Amino acid sequence: MQEVHTFEIKPRKAFAFNFKELAAHSELLYFFAWRDIKIKYKQTVLGFLWAVLQPLLLMLIFTVFIGRALQVSSEGMEYPVFVYSGLVLWLVFASGVTTAANSMVSNAAIIKKIYFPRLIIPISAVLVALFDFVMAFAIFIVILFFFSTPVDLLRLLYSWPLAILLTIVATAGPGCLLAALNIKYRDFRYVVPFLIQILLFVTPVIYPVSAISQNWLKYVVALNPMYAAISVFRMPLAEAPPDWILLIISVVSGVVLFLIGLAYFRRTENYFADIA
Amino acid sequence: MLPALEVKGISKKFNIRHESPYLSLRDRVMDLFKPAHTSHEDFWALRDVSFEVKPGESIGIIGKNGAGKSTLLKILSKITPPTQGSVIGRGRIASLLEVGTGFHPELTGRENIFLNGSILGMKRQEIAAKFDAIVDFAGTERFLDTPLKHYSSGMQLRLAFAVAAFLEPEILVIDEVLAVGDAEFQKKCIGKMEDVSRSGRTILFVSHNMAAVQSLCTTCLLLQRGELKAMGPSADVVTQYLTSLDSQTLDASGYVAIHSAESEKPIRAIEVLCDNQRSAVAYMGCALEIRLYFKANEFLTTPVLGIIIKDNYSTPLIGVNNRHYSGNFETPPLKEGFIAMKIPYLNLFEGTYHVDVHLGNEFKDIEVIQDCFQFTVEPLSFSGSGELPLKSLNRMFMKDITWTLNSTNHVA
Repeated sequence: MQEVHTFEIKPRKAFAFNFKELAAHSELLYFFAWRDIKIKYKQTVLGFLWAVLQPLLLMLIFTVFIGRALQVSSEGMEYPVFVYSGLVLWLVFASGVTTAANSMVSNAAIIKKIYFPRLIIPISAVLVALFDFVMAFAIFIVILFFFSTPVDLLRLLYSWPLAILLTIVATAGPGCLLAALNIKYRDFRYVVPFLIQILLFVTPVIYPVSAISQNWLKYVVALNPMYAAISVFRMPLAEAPPDWILLIISVVSGVVLFLIGLAYFRRTENYFADIA
Repeated sequence: MLPALEVKGISKKFNIRHESPYLSLRDRVMDLFKPAHTSHEDFWALRDVSFEVKPGESIGIIGKNGAGKSTLLKILSKITPPTQGSVIGRGRIASLLEVGTGFHPELTGRENIFLNGSILGMKRQEIAAKFDAIVDFAGTERFLDTPLKHYSSGMQLRLAFAVAAFLEPEILVIDEVLAVGDAEFQKKCIGKMEDVSRSGRTILFVSHNMAAVQSLCTTCLLLQRGELKAMGPSADVVTQYLTSLDSQTLDASGYVAIHSAESEKPIRAIEVLCDNQRSAVAYMGCALEIRLYFKANEFLTTPVLGIIIKDNYSTPLIGVNNRHYSGNFETPPLKEGFIAMKIPYLNLFEGTYHVDVHLGNEFKDIEVIQDCFQFTVEPLSFSGSGELPLKSLNRMFMKDITWTLNSTNHVA
């Protein structure tokens, strides 16, 4: 006879994470991400092109108004390369956090009718954002060739994967936190777009951190977890290495936010079906 | 053999907030400045429920709306945790609280089969292996690559059911999903479920359809206000449930009081008239009038009366409201009065009938009372022949059927 799968249902503890269960549902994670990617582009004429058009148009606008008109410095890169290299990761964060924040509410109908580890939902939103990243990243390579930007290939090997990992951590943390808050307090639906807009201006996407003259302000900017991701990503292209202290502050802030996000999500997860 | 499910002292508490259904941040912030919040009220949806289910057993869960059936299913499906108590299960469990969970209108039939199957807990390989059988069961192979939004609702339902029918867990938890769909397809599904239960799987089945419960389940649980009232052979428990339905009996003069004058709820009383006489007993073929007396705190515009008449097995026979017939009542807003519905010729057989009453306005129900009252219909030969058609072959009778016998024998 087969081994019998035994399970127990009881009042849940707040902080016990069941990673085994999460791993057992990896296929469902894939299906949710696949569904959202399909639906996102199904009814659009340009389809996947949108994933590319958005960063390209933003690059154009920032280049004209910030790069040319305001003469902002760009760490030795051509300004379009500089701003695109920031945007490509920033857009993962922006769309990942926004969709993750709404994900639990928009999947409320499913949550109320069937059980699976709830974490799958905001994580799949992050995966969808990464899918768009792959497209935008391909264009980035084209841009590098177009401007014949010198690239330190050795640094690239470790800095780009690390930057992507940092982006995932930086996106997943606030994404999970906001997803849980949103289902409890619907006010967050209005807070999130506003928050993302503000954050773009305190993240060195369109200007380098060296453009900030006050030291204390640099530390405030470094609290933003996307600061580390973008700086590490630009390492193979930049003329000067990043400020390590600022970098460490940003990484720690990202990891702490990630843990807070997961813990809060876990704490409220049990009651999603009751309040959704 | 160890039981497939051991449910030990399960309780579930909800906090009812009296004002907004959602928490808003403003409320939270305001709460900081107020002493203890008093608008909470605890509500025990389930209280200390314990039972065991043997492997291969089919258990029906019955009870009135609000008795805790859905909460029990949600706990067994892990959707919501119990406040107290625990459940030990032995076997893979799958729940079907709805058919087509996660179906997306933009995706094709094929894509939805995979998505829904995965949400229900099937592995991709498993779905691929059963794919042809699922499509065959649903009978929608021609539309496999058409987006679901172009399917008729019947086709969507068949597809949803087909996926669910191929779930192969050891324990299957099913909510009243059979209440929808055409009769033929329902039969097919009940047939499929009987196969499932014969193949040794454990089934928990919630339904209001007593006939379906009795044909599918050997044992039944009766829940009443969150407590386990009875557990035993289906026939006994179903009978106990049906006699306990506290739909009120009309008094001899066909009148039943509902809410007292102080109540905030608007339905005050129900009155039944048979051939224009107040009466608790109707006759086959009589003119039946049901009057609902209401008195509301706020003005009602376009009041709507909805009536559902159900037989002894809770199967609805007639479900109508005035909008189906004469549209909205064009009256100035009013606070009290009565709405009456009159069936000129009652073609129900002898027996006891339960009535759900809905009072609403153009947009929504204001008050709904399930099993609000019951009335009996006495036999009466409607044709004067002294004979009646068999009740077992008819749910309703037809009055004006003409029969002719002709002696000429030819084929035109």
